[in-house]
Amino acid sequence: MSFAWAKQYEPKTPLTKWLDDKLPLPRLVYNAVGAGYPVPRNLNYMWNFGVLAGFCLMIQIVTGVVLAMHYAANQAVAFGTVEHIMRNVNWGWALRYAHANGASFFFIVVYLHIFRGLFYSSYKAPREMIWLLGVVIFLLMMATAFMGYVLPWGQMSFWGAQVITGLFSAIPLVGEPLQVWLLGGFAPDNAALNRFFSLHFLLPFVIAGVVILHIWALHIPGSSNPSGVEVKSESDTVPFHPYYTAKDGFGLGVFLILFAVMVFFLPNALGHPDNYIEANPLSTPAHIVPEWYFWPFYAILRAFTGDLTIPFTGIVLIPAKLLGVIAMFGSILLWFFLPWLDKSPVRSGHYRPLFNKFFWFGLIPTMAVLFYCGGAPAEEPFVVLSQIATAYYFLHFLVVLPIVSQIEVPKPLPFSITEAVLGKDATAEARTGTVDAGTAGTAPDGSLQPAE
Amino acid sequence: MASDTAAMGDLGTEEGVRRRDWIHIAALSTAGVGGASLLIPLVSQMAPSADVLAASTTEVDVSAIQPGQAIKAVFRKQPLFVRRLTADEIKSANEVEVSSLRDPQTLGDRTKEGHEDMLITMGVCTHLGCVPLGAAEGENRGEFGGYFCPCHGSHYDTAGRIRKGPAPLNLQVPEYQFTSDTVIRVG
Amino acid sequence: MTIRLGGIIAGLAIAAVLVLWSLVPGAYNYIFGPPAEKQASYAFYEHGEGPEGGFAFDGPFGKWDVAQLQRGYQVYKEVCSACHSLKFVAFRNLSQLGYTEAEVDAEAATWTVPGIDPNTGETTTRPGEPTDYFPMPFPNAIAAAAANNNAIPPDLSLMTKARHDGSNYVYDLLTGYGEADPEKAAKLGFETPAGLYFNKHFPNVNIAMAPPLVIDGQVTYADGTEATVPQMAKDVAAFLTWTAEPSMVQRKQTGWFVLGFLLFATALAFLSYKQVWAGMKPKKK
Repeated sequence: MSFAWAKQYEPKTPLTKWLDDKLPLPRLVYNAVGAGYPVPRNLNYMWNFGVLAGFCLMIQIVTGVVLAMHYAANQAVAFGTVEHIMRNVNWGWALRYAHANGASFFFIVVYLHIFRGLFYSSYKAPREMIWLLGVVIFLLMMATAFMGYVLPWGQMSFWGAQVITGLFSAIPLVGEPLQVWLLGGFAPDNAALNRFFSLHFLLPFVIAGVVILHIWALHIPGSSNPSGVEVKSESDTVPFHPYYTAKDGFGLGVFLILFAVMVFFLPNALGHPDNYIEANPLSTPAHIVPEWYFWPFYAILRAFTGDLTIPFTGIVLIPAKLLGVIAMFGSILLWFFLPWLDKSPVRSGHYRPLFNKFFWFGLIPTMAVLFYCGGAPAEEPFVVLSQIATAYYFLHFLVVLPIVSQIEVPKPLPFSITEAVLGKDATAEARTGTVDAGTAGTAPDGSLQPAE
Repeated sequence: MASDTAAMGDLGTEEGVRRRDWIHIAALSTAGVGGASLLIPLVSQMAPSADVLAASTTEVDVSAIQPGQAIKAVFRKQPLFVRRLTADEIKSANEVEVSSLRDPQTLGDRTKEGHEDMLITMGVCTHLGCVPLGAAEGENRGEFGGYFCPCHGSHYDTAGRIRKGPAPLNLQVPEYQFTSDTVIRVG
Repeated sequence: MTIRLGGIIAGLAIAAVLVLWSLVPGAYNYIFGPPAEKQASYAFYEHGEGPEGGFAFDGPFGKWDVAQLQRGYQVYKEVCSACHSLKFVAFRNLSQLGYTEAEVDAEAATWTVPGIDPNTGETTTRPGEPTDYFPMPFPNAIAAAAANNNAIPPDLSLMTKARHDGSNYVYDLLTGYGEADPEKAAKLGFETPAGLYFNKHFPNVNIAMAPPLVIDGQVTYADGTEATVPQMAKDVAAFLTWTAEPSMVQRKQTGWFVLGFLLFATALAFLSYKQVWAGMKPKKK
């Protein structure tokens, strides 16, 4: 679908006409990311990260396929083949550092993308499906990143594999056999390394598939925007190309500058030195931590230190280990329910005073504390801090959002995107013109009147 | 939107095209150059790596090879045939009219001075790369008494020259030298 | 509505479990319980600062000091290699330290590497060739442990990348041997166990490695540099930085080239972006 005023693809040469008849691929691209896709004219830089995330996926797939030409997934030689890439393969060091730091940058970009979605409520109707697919992509990314980190077969790889598969052993009854099944042995070894490599190669292509669905779902209602008001008329939009291709091109340049600084000058800053020690099943590093992008979730996992017991009887209902695992997976899975937990008809955080306060003074500091505690050793005061932060994390999404969306009095919304950008006077002309023609979503709640 | 279409309209005038477009052309060309230079690492990573390029010499002790015998050594992960020719074999190789050969070379061209009886060739058929027979005792040495490639029927003579069959060139003689009377260093 | 109600109940339940069963007992214990015992050795650890003046390869413009790498190689060869392997480095790599091809051949030949007798197939030894890797000082891990009081000397190829701030770490460790302050040790009941050595820059202060660099002039540098202990430590730390990442300098130089290009391209992209949006009226606010 598209808006009524969307430009139509017109093949000009005989060849493009022929192609448009047989396989309208240029038309698809034109309508997806070309001039045929009308986009709100008021997008800010937070809307750059979707395209950047797609670019990161491409970096990872290209460098990854190339690295796989030199890597061998065998516990006897895996560490050595990584060093072979670093020392002997032409440009091998650049390719490996780009892949390792590319993973970190992928997560930075995706976290900013999610942050954008949370603040501007991009998950709300009519965009629930985009959000749900996004959460699926994020889960797949976490799995892929974890398995990729195992491949160099350093100390952190090995003990990461041991600890993360150990999470599954918390499941009652089937847990221990499940862990053995996942590893194909009693400890990480060849079987585990090989299957992780196989899946690490496969999953990015699955991610690419879900990304296509994510973009497809995006094109049904069209992009959201910082005002949260839906597109009403042509004056609210600009064609994606050249307006946002140019802006994304600039954003990509800034991204690549930061990426190059890390790859060429600080390539190991985001990694852990212990992963340059070959895996040793007989000795655990003193302080094991996951990669930085897992720290908030690792903090939630470790926050649960006490078994859930019936007081004074000593009967354990749920052991602490299982509580931590449930909470860690739950902290992401609850995002699936977000569109139905936050029922405020207003999307943008700019027009939601109460939500705004909880977001900036509740959720953001909480995430910062969780991030910090996840990377810190399991000592006080980090344990207590992470427990408070974890409690707030769940309260924020499950309790605060539903209640705030019920009681909040939102600020007056602009009538349209054009008005938000240009002020009221300029909109008068537009309003008399196309009214609501082809609007994808009208105001979601009838009770909410645009400010006049 | 009015101002928008006006902006697009400006692009139509000739003056406007030049002024506005050069920056887009410059930006796109720069991006193109950047994208193309990414191919350098992506392509060159498939070329032989430093360790492969370094592992390119082999030493062979030829003292134990009797006339008429051959051994297979390994050079760059490929078979290397080292044969000590008998007087008859040298004679038959030298009797051939060189100009009648597909790849004209004399035995002298293919051996080192003072060591005309030592024929050192790659054991790789110049047709499609199979290993010819004839180096080991009792193998088929083909119609010309040298080597015979069973894959597509190429016959090589006692100097390792192609005489019959599809192969275009003589068995390749690698670069080598005698480091002593009995030891050769290939590569 | 059901989802919201369920969410509120689930959220309150999770928070309650966390607070009542984990946070409250943990906090109570933290405040009223016995203070966590600290190992006595922590009192002796001192964070090192690396060599004075830093290394030539430090910083984004850093370059190898080739003469220093050659000296460091000499220290490795004459001191470290008795116990520590360098298994990811080949003799051919030494050509990067400014040696000619002939010098690399000669240097490789001074090492003895495992070989196979071509006639009998038995294992034997032969002089090294450029394509060979640095030999292992012990045939296997058990032999290494047996010869070293049960502590296996680690491979040094990647040592400076396998430790935080590794180049400085190696220098600090090699110059950190000495005696624990006797007064403090007596007070805390601290003693270095037999078979271990006190080193104030080693994380738990007691290290299994005997002091490798003990006296000035332990090696005789060909270039006439005075071989003090700090000098040898600095040289070998530089050498091990090179072994850990021979491509480091090339990486930084490529980085400047790439960055320069990207800055130029991004500036153009920014102008192009502004040009495209020039027709749009500016935002209010």
